[in-house]
Amino acid sequence: MSYAIQAEGLAKRFKETRALDGVDLAARTGTVLGVLGPNGAGKTTAVRIFATLIRPDAGRATVAGHDVVREAGRVRSVVGLTGQFAAVDEMLTGTENLLMIGRLLGLPRGDARARAAELLERFGLTDAAGRATKSYSGGMRRRLDLAASLVGRPQVLFLDEPTTGLDPHSRGELWEMLRGLVAEGVTALLTTQYLNEADQLADEIVVIDRGRVIADGTPDELKAQAGGQVLQVRPVHEGELEKAHALVAVDAGHRARIEGDVITAPVEDPALMPAVVRRLDQAGIAVGELTLRRSSLDEVFLALTGHRAEPGAADEGTAGDEGGDGGAEDEFARVRSVA
Amino acid sequence: MTAGTIAAPPAGSGRVRPWAAVQQTATMAWRSLVQVKHNPLELVDFSITPIMFVVLFTYVFGGQMAGSPKDYLQYALAGIIVQNALFTTMYTAMALNTDLTKGVFDRLRSLPIARSAPLFGRIGADLCKQLWAVLLMIGLGTLLGFRVTTGFLGLLGAALLLLFFAGAVSWASVLIGMKASDPEKVQVFAFTLIFPITFTSSAFVRVETMPGWLQAWVDVNPVTHLSDAVRGLLTGGPVASPVLWSLAWAVGLAAVFLPLAMHAYRAKA
Repeated sequence: MSYAIQAEGLAKRFKETRALDGVDLAARTGTVLGVLGPNGAGKTTAVRIFATLIRPDAGRATVAGHDVVREAGRVRSVVGLTGQFAAVDEMLTGTENLLMIGRLLGLPRGDARARAAELLERFGLTDAAGRATKSYSGGMRRRLDLAASLVGRPQVLFLDEPTTGLDPHSRGELWEMLRGLVAEGVTALLTTQYLNEADQLADEIVVIDRGRVIADGTPDELKAQAGGQVLQVRPVHEGELEKAHALVAVDAGHRARIEGDVITAPVEDPALMPAVVRRLDQAGIAVGELTLRRSSLDEVFLALTGHRAEPGAADEGTAGDEGGDGGAEDEFARVRSVA
Repeated sequence: MTAGTIAAPPAGSGRVRPWAAVQQTATMAWRSLVQVKHNPLELVDFSITPIMFVVLFTYVFGGQMAGSPKDYLQYALAGIIVQNALFTTMYTAMALNTDLTKGVFDRLRSLPIARSAPLFGRIGADLCKQLWAVLLMIGLGTLLGFRVTTGFLGLLGAALLLLFFAGAVSWASVLIGMKASDPEKVQVFAFTLIFPITFTSSAFVRVETMPGWLQAWVDVNPVTHLSDAVRGLLTGGPVASPVLWSLAWAVGLAAVFLPLAMHAYRAKA
């Protein structure tokens, strides 16, 4: 089995902050590795090391077999990077942005032009090709950014929160495009704080929190790891929610929670469900819905990290992260205070 | 000892060949200039400050300063050109800072290209804009009554000296662009720095009219030397001393700011 991306003991510190504190991870060639973690977990720092933008303090990382420090030039010729912010020149048109990258990569003018047209077509930007990208919507910019990272036909793609800030429709479009790329044999490392994004796209997931890997496995393995199943109870009368919650908590303990109009509780003991049903019945609470389902990645995340992923806070928090090395540190500090 | 067996770098080790680096620099310069091609408004945008400077200085201050706008223009155009050239160097800082904060540099650095290509491409493109502004201001000045009295060689000399000096100041601009946290800060910083420096010089008024303590600074101010040199090259008068002083200042500024700027650039971009 070959690995397109590998890291061992990766560490990076910004002043007093350990952004990465000994991270091991690996992505098999032709698969998607999801790196999941809250804002400030160290995801961006890891991507920047793989993309040769910063050097690790300790540990080693290879991309397509090339060391990211000693063979940075070779790594650059096989990777594509799509950062958290669409890194397109707003004053240039879509075509010119791609033409610039093609020419920088040494393509002759005609080839660069053909490649630009091909990518614009593929990403549904042909109609907007001649317009300055400052007139593009957020989704169009992200698509162009992804296209720009593909001009050199990279074997390995790094996507740092590629859908942060996109509306659900644009996010779905980007997912489709990623699936298409992976079907063509590209290996991708995708960081995200949207749990369902990792669930949808990744073959394997590593969960990072505060610079450390706290869990890894396939999405299914991770879901099983965090308690397996979840009991979900919806009382017919919303007024009885509190009362029902108290009853469920008798057997399920403090992990029983109210989420909207349902009560959820992780199930480890098969006897829990009958016990809960009995209690609710005795108390005369009418139950509209009673289901046993596998835990969502959201719940896995909560169980693993002790805190929820907070995409809302992240959207605003990431603004400080674009400035480079110092930004990752800000991001880190901010999440500490949130957590 | 293994004398004579110096290990050659492995083929395709990712080092960028010099000719490729030149092409990449040209591509980066193209990127900065091509905007103008489809967006002629960009050119207007870029030309409005120089036009405003020339017209306002000539007609607002001219009568008071030299008895007539035309006479004042003959004196002040060199200074106006120098002031505009200094402001124009700050475009480099703004553009680099924008690339830095918008993530464009991350994309460029992830490509197998010469590290210096984005920087030299930008500076090259900005020097083209400098040349355009100089020619525009002399052209406009001529329409308003300014006369180049020294001929083509004087004009050429003035343009080359301005470009050389602007190129040297660009390195200070690169440093600011790398250090500033956002493009707006660059603008504020540039304004507060360049305004006093250009006004405490011989750019717009004769030095003799200023108080003695101020003259002491004005006499060493590089803007004084550069304005005198450009004035001499365009309209006659002593040239040798101000030109040499201007060149010395340019070399000195580059000697200080080039290493600092390169260091900051390597650290960030």
